[in-house]
Amino acid sequence: MVTIENLSFAFVKHQPLFVGLSLKLETGNTYGLFGLNGAGKTTLLNHISGMLFPAEGSCKILGTSSRKRTPEILSELFVLPEQFDLPPLTAMVYSDIHAPFYPRFDREYLFSTLQEMEVDSKKKLTDLSYGQRKKFLIAFALASNARLLLMDEPTNGLDIPSKSQFRKIMAAADHTGRCTVISTHQVRDLEAMIDNITVLNNGKIIFQQGVGAISDKLSFEKIPDGDNRFVLYAEEIFGGKSAIIPKKEGGKETQIDLELLFNGIIQKSDVINHQFGEA
Amino acid sequence: MEFSENKPIYIQIVDYFCGQILEKKWTPEDRIPSVRDIAVKMEVNPNTAMRAFHYLQEKEILFNQRGVGYFVEENAYQKVLELRRGEFIRDKLPVFFKEMRQLGFTCSELEKLYQEQLNES
Repeated sequence: MVTIENLSFAFVKHQPLFVGLSLKLETGNTYGLFGLNGAGKTTLLNHISGMLFPAEGSCKILGTSSRKRTPEILSELFVLPEQFDLPPLTAMVYSDIHAPFYPRFDREYLFSTLQEMEVDSKKKLTDLSYGQRKKFLIAFALASNARLLLMDEPTNGLDIPSKSQFRKIMAAADHTGRCTVISTHQVRDLEAMIDNITVLNNGKIIFQQGVGAISDKLSFEKIPDGDNRFVLYAEEIFGGKSAIIPKKEGGKETQIDLELLFNGIIQKSDVINHQFGEA
Repeated sequence: MEFSENKPIYIQIVDYFCGQILEKKWTPEDRIPSVRDIAVKMEVNPNTAMRAFHYLQEKEILFNQRGVGYFVEENAYQKVLELRRGEFIRDKLPVFFKEMRQLGFTCSELEKLYQEQLNES
């Protein structure tokens, strides 16, 4: 779906943000894109959508360079930005205007989802709260049936019940023909929705694995003091350590501790990547 | 300090299914909720929910009828019982025995307590 090869980019001369970054995203997956503040997650999404151009290297969607912004590609792409402006129109009028850009747009889905999320589709979008507007855009994004969906911090600004609604809507959506990228810091909100973990750090993708491979190779355990097992990465907790340990063949799978994994990758990416060998 | 093990989400779904079968809420030939229903209920990626169905299909506890859905196998109850008994012996008992020793309980003491509780309920 998306192929980025050897991409380099800098906002300021001699301060490169990306250096020879390569990344492949496949249909059917929901990618979690993680990185520290300022790592360039949003900038990377902007390259994929063709809003920024690479200084070197290439970024392609379905084989076409993103920077060309062809109508064929744009009709298969939906971007849910973190910050957005919506016009003073009702949901009805907005979708009348924007839906024709997406050949498989599902109006029925949009309005049933808005109803489910308790977004008033008769009110002007500008009269809705930030959270309500965001929910409108999330519903619109899924209704577009675009094959590539980029979501930047989708749960920011959502209240607690809305976060749960968001997860339910994402879980109910058919992802077989879709590739979704979710960039987020809200690990706890979204970890169960993601099936591939991608980490951006120091201008490169330093880790990318499916959750299946991760729980196959790594074990996330809380080990008591005095347990001197070999650990790949560990953090002190009360009475012991929260640790990432190489999983034994045939050993029990544990739930991925995404926060611990992220910290481990940022600090010891080589050690953790080594566990995955040549894929 | 001893920590309990954390289970992956798909195993938690497997546990829920096994529970339904052990409590006889789901009986052979019953059609169970769809992958999508479970994904929505648990708020997880449908691929995660799918793993639970595949796991139980491999263990011959569920079977799939293409285009219709998943159903409970004829001898699912027996299979689940064997599976869960094995897990109980492997995972739960060592922890339990360790605590028992720490607290100085003997087996006969426990048997008495067990009988008492049985009579109460």
